[in-house]
Amino acid sequence: MLKIIKNRIEQGHKTTSYPKEPIELYKRYRGLPKINQDCDISVVNQCAAICPQDAIVASERKIDLGKCTFCGRCENVAGGAFVTFSQDFGMGTATREALLCDGSLPALADHAKDHFKKLFGRSLQLRQVSAGGCNSCEADTNVLNTPFFDLSRFGIDFVASPRHADGIHVTGPISKNMKSALISTYEAIPSPKVVIASGCCSISGGPFYGSSEIVGDLSAIVPVDLYIPGCPPHPLTTLHALLKFFK
Amino acid sequence: MDNLLHIENGGIVKRSDIPLVSFDSFATILSEFVENDGYIVQFFALVEGDKNKLIAVVRNNQLFILSTEVGENFASLTATASEKFHMFEREIAEQYGIVPKDHPWLKMVRYHANYRGAPDAFGNNYSEDIPGNYSYFQVEGEAVHEVAVGPVHAGIIEPGHFRFQCSGEEVFSLEIQLGYQHRGVENLFTEVPLKRLPIIAESIAGDTSIGHNLCCCQALEALGGLSVDPGAQIVRSIALELERIANHIGDLGALSGDVAFNPPAAYFGRIRGEFLNLLQVLCGNRFGKSLVLPGGISQIMTAEQSTIIEEKLKELEPEIRHVCDLLFSAHTVQARFEQTGTVSNQMARDLGLVGYAGRASGIEYDARVTFPTESYRQLPANRNEMTNGDVNSRATVRKEEISHSIHLIRLLLNKAGETSSTTIMQDFTLEPDALIITINEGWRGEISHCLMTDAEGKIERYKVKDPSFHNWTGLAMSLRNEEISEFPLCNKSFNLSYCGFDL
Repeated sequence: MLKIIKNRIEQGHKTTSYPKEPIELYKRYRGLPKINQDCDISVVNQCAAICPQDAIVASERKIDLGKCTFCGRCENVAGGAFVTFSQDFGMGTATREALLCDGSLPALADHAKDHFKKLFGRSLQLRQVSAGGCNSCEADTNVLNTPFFDLSRFGIDFVASPRHADGIHVTGPISKNMKSALISTYEAIPSPKVVIASGCCSISGGPFYGSSEIVGDLSAIVPVDLYIPGCPPHPLTTLHALLKFFK
Repeated sequence: MDNLLHIENGGIVKRSDIPLVSFDSFATILSEFVENDGYIVQFFALVEGDKNKLIAVVRNNQLFILSTEVGENFASLTATASEKFHMFEREIAEQYGIVPKDHPWLKMVRYHANYRGAPDAFGNNYSEDIPGNYSYFQVEGEAVHEVAVGPVHAGIIEPGHFRFQCSGEEVFSLEIQLGYQHRGVENLFTEVPLKRLPIIAESIAGDTSIGHNLCCCQALEALGGLSVDPGAQIVRSIALELERIANHIGDLGALSGDVAFNPPAAYFGRIRGEFLNLLQVLCGNRFGKSLVLPGGISQIMTAEQSTIIEEKLKELEPEIRHVCDLLFSAHTVQARFEQTGTVSNQMARDLGLVGYAGRASGIEYDARVTFPTESYRQLPANRNEMTNGDVNSRATVRKEEISHSIHLIRLLLNKAGETSSTTIMQDFTLEPDALIITINEGWRGEISHCLMTDAEGKIERYKVKDPSFHNWTGLAMSLRNEEISEFPLCNKSFNLSYCGFDL
């Protein structure tokens, strides 16, 4: 008992005051890219050529955040003349198109599905399904339940039964072998329900794009309401997206 | 034995130098080797021209390679020599339709059509996309009942199917069927441009990003003739240890949660995040993705980053010690951990367990010591005191490895003055007609990648082995005659990778 109390005192209070107060991530973290629209096209082409995810659309000078793994290789081309990454972790979008990004994203709070805020704004129960994920998206979603983030203080919880859930949070490129189980889980959730695609895998196949063993796009199977990019999305990216979309 | 070719971890072998023997000698040599405390690192098939080949890489305290030619089937070594072959032979049957005859339990590993277009070894037609489409092992009897769990589990975890045969609370048999996470990683590696390889390797198992990508990049470096400077090797080693600490701490917290002792679960959950944040300090990603590239590292560690790591270790080390004391000295925890899920030393040797699961059962093997890469040649080894093979031992080994890893990082930080420069991913050509095998001690144990190039220097076969490939059977055995309520505890003490196994 004494040990418990001693440890409790040593550990203290660790929960972040985000979103009331802003939170700063270390400068090496790569969040929303800053894109130079006036960049010389040859530099843009060079960036597109080295991009392992083929996420750069050179002709439009845009980056598809649904494909990007934020590896940062393009930042090294010509000293970041075309793109540098900011520490802004707020990158969730309500549409797939918005992820094709010129450096700015539409404000997530203004999305068109206002009824979700009314339905789920005070209490949101999500069923998580890992469909071929590498376990980093899953791990950084789990982290939201640790004392630092303490997700349940916002009335958001991950639940075991799809019958108790208001929506589904999907990670992974949807391996063929998980497709049926994913669809069954989706169908078991009572309507109205919300679908969240988390991580570049569920949005575009991520690192596995082109593999014949994956579906590679969640929206090809079920309608997606919220997209959270990243490889994996930072826990704060997920938290930001959930709060902006539902609160 | 004379026919085995001695090879080096990370050393190039000419494909023409790989000894090719008749299947009979292949079987005799390997049977003798595994009987004398030898273990299998890789055992896989490939098609060369119109011939089916089997290649085996085995280890005692050295590495050896051997190959043979087979037709549409071969006599199973699981049946005659050792259980160590059983999963590898099932994989060969699934990937190439080459059937190990008399295999005691030939069933699919990941549920996919084979690469050769040969008749399916299990009679599946893959029109149904369910790996669980299979008649599970059943125990019959009036009081016997069956519990089926998954693929979708009651938490934020990866999918897999578990089938328990029980009498009351007692588990007679646990069968584990995976494959739900299969993404076709091995084939993808041979189809895509070089620039994508590290990105894919980092996502074989996201909690082992550094470990798997090190295996991939070390192989590419050897085949491409790239050298890595000592400063970069230090950062890579630090990253691998940070990955180990983060996962061990997370698992100790989860074990604590599984026995309903909440304070350490909460504290360790948070402390794990601190270590992930240190990887973010090194490279911008909490799992160390993007850090390792062929030829070095994407961002150098300056005094700023090394000071942050040093300061953080100073702050966290006593906290970890205190929370460990809280966890391991609680009687209620001891009562649940001790003599639960025991895997005996003999069983662990028979199955060829690796990593902390092996070490907790008294198998000392640590690839950092036996086949050192990066900076490990200059670092001290760890020794585990608790080797009873139960949950308590597996938890204690983790605790001991956490303090050892912290010690290693401190040693490495002191060496950090070494020169180092930033590496940019570039195109390079690979040595043609070569085979290379790389081994690293990831946090779960021995990770191994094997690459074979063709005459043009293109990757023809890419074989990945996650330590989980050895250890899942250990988990199934640990549940024998245990109460079913001990499953979460046994499972967490192993904490194996689904995606690393499923590829």
